Amino acid sequence: MKVKMISRNPDNYVRETKLQQHKIPRNYDPALHPLEGAREYVRALNATKLDRVFAKPFVCNLSGHRDGVSCFGKHPKHLSTLATGAYDGEVRIWDLANRSSIRSFVAHDGFVRGIAYSRNGQRFFTVGDDKTIKVWNAQAPELGEEEEPVNTILSRHILQGISHNRKDNSFATCGEVCAIWDEQHNDPIKTLKWGVDTLHTISFNPVETNILACCASDRSIILYDQREAQPLRKVVLTMKSNKLAWNPMEAFNFTVANEDCNLYTFDTRKLQTPLKVHFDHVSAVTDVDYAPTGKEFVSSSYDKTVRIYHAHQSHSRDIYHTKRMQHVVCVAWSLDNRYIFSGSDEMNIRMWKANASEKLGVVRPRERANFNYQEALKEKYAAHPQIKRIARHRQVPRHVLNAQRKMRSVKDKELLKEANVRKHSKKGTVPFVSEKKKHVIRQDV
Amino acid sequence: MTKTAPPKGGRKKPATARYFDAGAEQSADAKHVKLKRKTQQNFTGDFIKMQERYKLKQSHNEKRQPAKAENDNNKKKKHQLPQELLDKYSRGDAVEARGVKTRHFKAQQERKEVYHTYANEQAARTELLLQETAGQLEADEEETTASYRQSEIAANVDLQSASKHFELKLEHGPYSMRYTKNGRHLLLGGRRGHVAAFDWVTKKLHCEFNVMESIADVQWLHVPTMYAVAQKEWTYFYDKKGTELHCVKRLAQVNRLDFLPYHFLLAAANNAGYLSWLDVSMGQLVGNFNTNLGDIRLMRHNPANGVLCVGGGKGVVSMWSPKVREPLVKLLSHTTAMTALTVDPKGLHLVTAGLDRQVKVWDIRQLGAEPLAVYRLRLPANEVEVSQRGMLALSQGTYLESYTHVIGSGGGGTRYSHNLPYLRQRCDAFVHGMRFCPYEDVLGIATAKGFQSLLMPGAGEPNYDALEDNPYETSKQRREHEVHALLEKIPPELITLDPHEITAVDAPTLQEKVDAKRQLFQLKPPRINMQPRHKMKGRGGSAKMARNKQIVKDLQRKEFITELRKTKQSVIAAHKQQDEGAEGVNKKKPKAARSVLDRFKAKPVKKQQTKK
Repeated sequence: MKVKMISRNPDNYVRETKLQQHKIPRNYDPALHPLEGAREYVRALNATKLDRVFAKPFVCNLSGHRDGVSCFGKHPKHLSTLATGAYDGEVRIWDLANRSSIRSFVAHDGFVRGIAYSRNGQRFFTVGDDKTIKVWNAQAPELGEEEEPVNTILSRHILQGISHNRKDNSFATCGEVCAIWDEQHNDPIKTLKWGVDTLHTISFNPVETNILACCASDRSIILYDQREAQPLRKVVLTMKSNKLAWNPMEAFNFTVANEDCNLYTFDTRKLQTPLKVHFDHVSAVTDVDYAPTGKEFVSSSYDKTVRIYHAHQSHSRDIYHTKRMQHVVCVAWSLDNRYIFSGSDEMNIRMWKANASEKLGVVRPRERANFNYQEALKEKYAAHPQIKRIARHRQVPRHVLNAQRKMRSVKDKELLKEANVRKHSKKGTVPFVSEKKKHVIRQDV
Repeated sequence: MTKTAPPKGGRKKPATARYFDAGAEQSADAKHVKLKRKTQQNFTGDFIKMQERYKLKQSHNEKRQPAKAENDNNKKKKHQLPQELLDKYSRGDAVEARGVKTRHFKAQQERKEVYHTYANEQAARTELLLQETAGQLEADEEETTASYRQSEIAANVDLQSASKHFELKLEHGPYSMRYTKNGRHLLLGGRRGHVAAFDWVTKKLHCEFNVMESIADVQWLHVPTMYAVAQKEWTYFYDKKGTELHCVKRLAQVNRLDFLPYHFLLAAANNAGYLSWLDVSMGQLVGNFNTNLGDIRLMRHNPANGVLCVGGGKGVVSMWSPKVREPLVKLLSHTTAMTALTVDPKGLHLVTAGLDRQVKVWDIRQLGAEPLAVYRLRLPANEVEVSQRGMLALSQGTYLESYTHVIGSGGGGTRYSHNLPYLRQRCDAFVHGMRFCPYEDVLGIATAKGFQSLLMPGAGEPNYDALEDNPYETSKQRREHEVHALLEKIPPELITLDPHEITAVDAPTLQEKVDAKRQLFQLKPPRINMQPRHKMKGRGGSAKMARNKQIVKDLQRKEFITELRKTKQSVIAAHKQQDEGAEGVNKKKPKAARSVLDRFKAKPVKKQQTKK
């Protein structure tokens, strides 16, 4: 007789000393793991709930400005440095790691309109309402020395915004005209103009750095090419665009923050219809900034909220608000893709987590693996009604809720009206116009 | 890591090397640091490393290279896993990308499938790491395994295994018994009130006492520190030391107890035909209703989906879920009364035995079909039981047999003939309960006179998964496991016949479609509640308002009716077409012979053209 029975040697299954890890033999045979689907579903539900439980996005508040914050400048090399400008002409440099202001000085008479760091981060440029461009050293002056600009350039035109080239030493300003400057010269290399209207924001394309985009106060978005004498093209929307941001990864796409509560993502090659209309804000959108991954962007609005969108989805994935935050004027996404900064009218700069429920600090490998597993589960079961409801629910301020209801009813009324008109007119005379096409008036080349 | 010896004193000390000085000569103790690729530097997640052949299909504009493909084929053959192994770990067939609508989602689906096949193969490869092999018993020439006695087997196995064969002579019999889910602890309950809980491997007694009442059944709860005992009147919970924790009066006159570990439900069947599910984490009855089956004597749960299988006196097996008051399925298994029933641990087979001296094996997923196997015995089987590897044990009074290769290819050892049992045993008293011990080659038998532990080589699963059941768990691990299990407690609503229902696409079934169509014919126009606009003085008036209201109502009602009529007609037309189509299959219309002159015939006028 040949006989063999299961006879486990406990040495292989029990740890020898308390200092060792427990031995966890695994067997992935599906027969030993019954009710796989239902258990995964419960785990996904728990993960979604925990996600909402841990959603505490507010990190800190940076106070120090004595007037509303008007603009941000992100340091291209240092993650912990942020420059901010205020309505009273003051510029502050912040050490984000210590949450303190390390330097402050009055740079301009009137508003600071824009701040841009140079390519290597050693200088930064500010423009203000006093028609000057000032160049500052990124290094703080020695103790006892005065804050002096390295260079002051007097512009012939009003200045409204500034943007630095990602690849060489030129920068561009906008105002009455779009001017391109070299860092070494006090006169613009080139000025570009289309019409007589004021340009209030300008942005260099981060990849194809010869391309520039501006928003003008005649409700248009203008694309310029540095190499050409004439502007490239122009698209006119129904309302004014406040800010523009290029997608850093898909640099042929850009998003504009519009006065009509929406954001529009355009493909440069096809300006006739926007790629996507991003809804959800209930008041004018004031600023927009892309995450360095190019997959998401953040927008700030006059309705006192900050919203985060997936670049290809029309409704926001998250909303940030506090009781004390007033009209948000400027917003920025940190270059490590983890934080969001918002500057608002009531003089404060707020730092938020880009992912509301993310754990700050050291994440150990097993914890990381668990987070990844939870992410995968949430994605797999995202369509289940219970999970969808929990993941989507956000508490919004009362005024936003009321405004949303109002906008909803207005829209419903318009739809109804249109349907009635269509019903009582000759067939084909009242066409169906898609939401995307509604907001673009014309495109000039 | 081994330390290298420091350089000898006579040599000149080399300049400190930096790890990024790639070309520079490396000193013996400078550790070479491998720099990460730029794309990986800030990445915190896990990389799924995929081998070459898992890459996605070549895109259409890439040229195929036949020479390389051949080379790959050779490589493939070397590492390929056997198909049965892959099937064991497979979660079903791949979704066909052909039906997916847009190119984007098609590509997404294809990418997903690549990951799934990869995961499947990786899971199958872990088989290599399993430490233990299953038990086996092979007979010598001219002998059969059925002729071996327990004492012979015990004499031929190692000491540890031999100690698993033992007998307890107890006097408060007939006994009922349960093993814990990890197979480490044993609970005995005698009809005359004797309860004993012990670690049967080390033979360490946890507690032993007499409840001074009759005991119908015993059952461990989710941890080996608590158990339930169905006593004469009510059901009681005790802990490991024999302290009474609860007396559950809502579970009264209980005949049979069972526990669903993933749902934390204690299922009880009583002698009035009531089935009750008690959530032991909250102490709530999640289901309690009369099955109208009378005294329930046979009840087991299906471990694969948590459905209770109840055997009745009329030879009918019915399956019950706590949230549905009707049986999910009814199966006429025997023409006589049933004597025993069990579900195999994988939840694929149902084994029933009846007074007609038959034992039948059913496929649970296809209950409508004939039984997979029917065995005729000399006496009716009063207990049947299936082990983790599919060994079937059945007792006929005091005589006990076990069979392999009945369910799937389960069990161990070699197969001689269909009728010969694998092992057999004659007990000294009537067998009242028996269970295979999970993760062990042991069959426990509770008889009228005590308890026996029999060796059954090849019965149990040799490799356990410590995150599911761990026979060697410490108390800390047990507590940790309890917390995790509670967090993933499955709600009782999810107990359905198909355990994968929650992961399936929520498409309407045929029945639902038919119902929806049928409902179309009974639909009534909705009640319209319209509020006319308030008009300024002189323009409105209640009479005008009422008239306007009526006009709007009539209009909408008319619209609705015309819409409905249209849809109804389309449904009828579709049906007619189907019928004609079905008839058309039988008798095809003879095609008219085509002639060359047909081309001069006027073309049939299309409807759309006339509209324009």
